[in-house]
Amino acid sequence: MEFKLDQLLDDLHTRTAALIEQRAVADPLLVGIHTGGCWIAQKLHKQLGISTELGVLDISFYRDDFSQIGLNPQVKPSQLPLDISGKHIILIDDVLHTGRTVRAALNELFDYGRPASVTLVVLIDRGGRELPVTADVVGMRLDLQPHQQVKLSGPEPLGLKVIELDPS
Amino acid sequence: MQHFLTTESLTLDQLTAILDTAESFINADGSSVKKVPLLRGKTIVNLFFEASTRTRSTFELAAKRLSADILNMNIAASATVKGESLLDTLRNLEAMHVDMFIVRHQDSGAAEFLSQHIAPGISLINAGDGRHAHPTQAMLDMFTIRRHKGAFDQLKVTIVGDLLHSRVARSQIHALRTLGAKEIRVVAPRTLMPTQLEALAVDRYDTVESALTGTDVIITLRLQKERMQGALLPSEREYFQLFGLTPERVALAAKDAIVMHPGPINRGVEISSAVADGEQSVILQQVSYGIAVRMAVMSMLAGH
Repeated sequence: MEFKLDQLLDDLHTRTAALIEQRAVADPLLVGIHTGGCWIAQKLHKQLGISTELGVLDISFYRDDFSQIGLNPQVKPSQLPLDISGKHIILIDDVLHTGRTVRAALNELFDYGRPASVTLVVLIDRGGRELPVTADVVGMRLDLQPHQQVKLSGPEPLGLKVIELDPS
Repeated sequence: MQHFLTTESLTLDQLTAILDTAESFINADGSSVKKVPLLRGKTIVNLFFEASTRTRSTFELAAKRLSADILNMNIAASATVKGESLLDTLRNLEAMHVDMFIVRHQDSGAAEFLSQHIAPGISLINAGDGRHAHPTQAMLDMFTIRRHKGAFDQLKVTIVGDLLHSRVARSQIHALRTLGAKEIRVVAPRTLMPTQLEALAVDRYDTVESALTGTDVIITLRLQKERMQGALLPSEREYFQLFGLTPERVALAAKDAIVMHPGPINRGVEISSAVADGEQSVILQQVSYGIAVRMAVMSMLAGH
């Protein structure tokens, strides 16, 4: 499967900008989810010309599968530039699948404060939701089999490809 | 890893994993992270048979920052005084469905003993058993060293003080060896030096000056004042004259050597105020890092 990644990103930028204008948000706070979401957030942050520093979230501590898979030893610190209370947040991730990552990210955000709103922007929505989560802006919808996975590589250059997992 | 009993039993990969995980709990400015929900719903018991404010408090803080519920057992006021055995205390607490025990006991081997009788699924952390081991202290010391010095393979580390009675030193030595420290030097008055040092594979020095020359890390051990009554030392002043860490002695070490102490410090006995409060001292950082390291150990045990 071939992806025109630059075109996808441009498209994402255009639609996100339109949404920000439509909702009349003067000073949005962009927050990327490690790791792929951060790469995309960095591009968007630059394209949208936002002055407020980009926020990053590592959701490792908020995952719901800690008892099954334990703790990832390479957790990066989350960093939000300012008090998020009253802010309009644009949460950005690369792939939306079950929705559990977004659930974890929301829980983490709300431990920092009470945002005015959270808008979800994702590059790829591959379906297979296990929670009631919907993205506000979707770059591309992909219908994948359970044994397939879509991966964003980066940070420079960004690349997107579908990989086949071992069916066993 | 179900229990955390000694550093001796750990491989290089396991030690490194603990240090890496501890990094996750440190912010960019060196402070520990705010509350995370990792251990929410878990109950952790501080079972301290020996007095401790510092270690017990840092374990309590670490547990709370992981959102766990923590129970502090005040043993002196507990049923043990009424004659309850160690195993009965354990069984009673297990019946309350706790998930993890942190145990400090005056007998060497107590942690190992409890771990053999503990119900499956419950984890145990050794917070110090007799003279045997104090693995979380050793890990926070290794974390402090790694943060300041990076790799271990070229490091010269000097341990000064009452090694004979020190469970901290033993755990540190095992960890340093596994991590590949270039030299592990030990120096102490003869009455406070263990007799079978060869088993620990360390270099024994007779004077503190020779042990400190060119070293990268100085670890000072607390002189436990109880030792005076045992006629092991004539006086604190004499100890300070011969073995105390003064600015002149620290100057013999490498220029960027760091000074460490597990605490609490006895000013003017094993270390002078000038050194304890000086630029090369990382003693207070050890305390901060202690919380992150204990958060790491608890998380790793709870997630197994």
